[in-house]
Amino acid sequence: MKINSIPFWAAAILLPACAYFLPAWGLNEYYLYVGYVVLQYVVLATAWNILGGYAGYVNFGTGAFFGVGAYAALVLFMKFNAPLPVQIAGAAAIGALLGLGAGLLTLRLKGIFFSIATIAAAIIIETFVLNWRYVGGASGMQIIRPAVPLGFETYTRMLLVVMTILAVVSIIVARFIEKSWLGRGLRAVRDAEVAAECSGVPTLKLKLLACAISGALMAAAGAPLPLYSSFIEPHSVFSLNYSVMALAMAVVGGMSSWLGPVLGAILIASSQQFAASASPELHLFIVGALLVFFVIAAPDGLVGLLQRVGRMTARMTGMQNVRPKWRS
Amino acid sequence: MLSIELLLEALVFGALVGCFYAAVSIGLSIAFGLLDVPHIAHAAFLVLAAYMTYLLGTYGFDPLVAALLILVPFFFLGAIVYRFYYEAFEKRGADTGVRGIAFFFGVAFMVQVFLSMTFGLDQRNVSAPYIGTSLGIGEMRIPWRLIVALCVAVGLTVGLRLYLLRTFQGRAIRAVAHDAWALRIIGADPVRTKQWAFGIATAATAIGGALLAIISPVEPSLDRVYIGRTFCVVVLAGLGSMSGTLAAGIILGVTESIVLTMFGASWAPAVAFGLLLLVLGIRPQGLFGR
Amino acid sequence: MWNHTKRDVLRGIVLGLGLVLPQTGWTQEPPIKVGTSMALSGPLAGGGRQSQLALQMWAEDVNARGGLLGRKVELVTYDDQASPAQTPGIFSKLVDLDKVNLLIAPYGTVPAAAVMPLAKERRLLLIGQIGYQVNSKAKHDMWFNNSPWSDAESWVGGYFRLGQSVGVKKVAFLASDQEFAQNILAGAKKLAQNAGLETVYEQTYPPTTVDFSSMVRAIRAASPDMVFVASYPADSTGIIRSVNEIGIGSSVKLFGGGMVGLQYASVMQALGSQLNGVVNYHTYVPEKTMAFPGIREFLERFAKRAVAANVETLGYYVAPFSYASGQILEQAVNATKSIKDDVLADYLRKNEVNTIVGPIRWGADGEWAEPRVVMIQFKDIKDGNVEQFRQEGKQIIVEPERFRTGDLTAPLSKARGR
Repeated sequence: MKINSIPFWAAAILLPACAYFLPAWGLNEYYLYVGYVVLQYVVLATAWNILGGYAGYVNFGTGAFFGVGAYAALVLFMKFNAPLPVQIAGAAAIGALLGLGAGLLTLRLKGIFFSIATIAAAIIIETFVLNWRYVGGASGMQIIRPAVPLGFETYTRMLLVVMTILAVVSIIVARFIEKSWLGRGLRAVRDAEVAAECSGVPTLKLKLLACAISGALMAAAGAPLPLYSSFIEPHSVFSLNYSVMALAMAVVGGMSSWLGPVLGAILIASSQQFAASASPELHLFIVGALLVFFVIAAPDGLVGLLQRVGRMTARMTGMQNVRPKWRS
Repeated sequence: MLSIELLLEALVFGALVGCFYAAVSIGLSIAFGLLDVPHIAHAAFLVLAAYMTYLLGTYGFDPLVAALLILVPFFFLGAIVYRFYYEAFEKRGADTGVRGIAFFFGVAFMVQVFLSMTFGLDQRNVSAPYIGTSLGIGEMRIPWRLIVALCVAVGLTVGLRLYLLRTFQGRAIRAVAHDAWALRIIGADPVRTKQWAFGIATAATAIGGALLAIISPVEPSLDRVYIGRTFCVVVLAGLGSMSGTLAAGIILGVTESIVLTMFGASWAPAVAFGLLLLVLGIRPQGLFGR
Repeated sequence: MWNHTKRDVLRGIVLGLGLVLPQTGWTQEPPIKVGTSMALSGPLAGGGRQSQLALQMWAEDVNARGGLLGRKVELVTYDDQASPAQTPGIFSKLVDLDKVNLLIAPYGTVPAAAVMPLAKERRLLLIGQIGYQVNSKAKHDMWFNNSPWSDAESWVGGYFRLGQSVGVKKVAFLASDQEFAQNILAGAKKLAQNAGLETVYEQTYPPTTVDFSSMVRAIRAASPDMVFVASYPADSTGIIRSVNEIGIGSSVKLFGGGMVGLQYASVMQALGSQLNGVVNYHTYVPEKTMAFPGIREFLERFAKRAVAANVETLGYYVAPFSYASGQILEQAVNATKSIKDDVLADYLRKNEVNTIVGPIRWGADGEWAEPRVVMIQFKDIKDGNVEQFRQEGKQIIVEPERFRTGDLTAPLSKARGR
């Protein structure tokens, strides 16, 4: 476990600090809205990749976990007036349990059956929430936000800092998994599950762990949503669009590294915000086209392309055997 | 409030709608059941065909006539898509699982967004003399459109089953599902056979799409609902069984109808998926699986 | 005080120059931006696009009269696809990025409800746009609706009074599971309870339902005298079609009530004669009792513009009211000579505003003090012709008394000629 690269940890601390100070120094409120959405997708894509990229199990139910997180936070807020950190923790816990449960039910299924089962689970969860009058059922629920906590001027600023912290946490988790025994085990599952099983890799336990972590992060990403939009309703929150976006971001960015989903999320989510006023549908179409293109032509995503470029330049400049210390 | 008459009506309607479900799932039965292609875009092609039917309808074509018109283009669409899939994924071996699924997911998404960009998000309807009128049998009034769907569904199932059993091409398709190498030995090209099969599956889907336009108004997001229904039917039938598809469709239709009547409309979206999960958990090989 | 004087001096100079030089146009001050969003695509787009065109016409009319406070009015609109997930972001953009001066609420109930907390927190004036009980939870004191209803009683009370006049005893409820329909349903159920009616069937369906045959069958099996439906355009169409296909039963005297979409030209044309006999709410129909000053002339101009803008040419349901929301802002700004939210809100709380949909005065909750929803019955509708709806006698007003233009035909089967 060699998590000792300094630039990484420096960034991990700097980013939330930037998120806190930039608005205070005059950054327009609207960009905070945009930043929140982009970072939310960073979390979702990173979380998806833990199961999808590392373990090779394509989860189409991202929207379900996201929605469960949002509704869990809502219930905690409505029933116990819980502050945001408690809401997030609670949502993450429920997301983990849900991931565990879904994993137990579906992980015996292979390939496409698992993916279809995730869609099935997502629809069933959405139907439950649709019928749950306490949280407003299909009509949704309006939330009157309590006063902004100390230290922040507006809700948007606070939520941006919160989401930045969540993004950093999810990246740390993904990176840890990638470089640890867990990552190696998951890669074995992805590449040759039966062989791994035969050589003694506890495949089911690993897959369940990946499901739980992935689910927890996705739910955590959804937890601040009720406070962000002060209105929540099942149809948009459980939307299949979240699943497509998370998948596309991971594929486009690159599924083999923690950096991939981050790049993919930043690229796709930011372009979405700019395209939103012009033509949101054209943007969705382009996301789909990018997904198809990358899956065929560049299966290792942007990260793969960057690595190839890096190798080419190293070859050209004769530095291919030198590995900089900070690239761990 | 639940009377015998209501239950009986629910059964009849459920069976009729179930035959419709079978008709729209047959293409998937071939593509996924026989050829093992993770064809998540099947429902999207179904909706695409429904919109093509609607489009031809605006020029005055009856939906069933439109179905015949789009049959050939959809066959070629299927052949091309399969070729693409084969070249990009199947040829390259085993680690294509994630990518193959992601590919079809992307295609499905693109089709859906394309439809909503071109036709808008509103519901579209087709009209025909048999849509909107019903046949009275005793106290019940059975819409003619369901009866039309029943006839087409049965025709399609029987037709395809005969094709797969009696013709050389059909038997080659069933053979390639079993053992591609053996097929090579007897001189048939497995890739071309699969391509032909996928083309036929997509053509069957075209007919299914026309039925879809007859049965209900179409909108771009309809494919999400039908992914559940079609996969439920195919899995329940058992992969590769044509006649099983009809039976499985009826079971799904009746189950949905009864749940709708007894528990109300709020649970309707979950029935197909719930049944699917149940089958996958209890008897994954389906009713008539190979 | 200084600004006021400065503006006067400026105006004086411009006026003076204008007398001497040819007309130079606007003052040097920036335009007054009015921001809003509506569904320009999607199922509610029928109403949303009417709203946009009507507001554009209002902005042009105001500018032709010299603008607001001498400044040009500029309209900033976004497509929100009637999605409550989009509107908070859009309104944040309008306020923080586009820096609009005045706001009109998103079109529709659900998208507008989503921006109420934001408006309340930041003390923003909002003029309502065809929304129902949007302010009931947030209780924002700077909300003024342009729609002619206040609570459920105002909307559907007429329907129940009609029911009682024909001796209805048993009622069936069918409602979409979303904010608007559920609000109406709750109100309707209370009215039914007060009137002593027996509920023989009640069903709430998911908004994405396309197949209503099982519900229509169940309703028929329950033999109600009156069926109350609260639905949105897509479901309204599906329900009417289903009733037409498999029948609702001979016991039904009254069918309809709160079905959104039966006011859109595209839906009316698609359903044609299937509408006959249905009793439903409306905000304006071209009957003689609703000839408010200015409305006929507006609708004629609208019809011409609508062709070019690819919007329905009838425009009865939404367009006059959207135009009126512009008029509300215009009168408040001209009367107070200010564009500050709290000043305008204060004026609107205390004064009556004259619009092309009649005089409007608001209650404490920001809804109309005197509601003006009418119940109409479709009569003699033929298939395939949308212009027929311009004639009197096709949508006769059966309730309330002061707008009545005809008698109710009951039961439903008689009105449909079967």
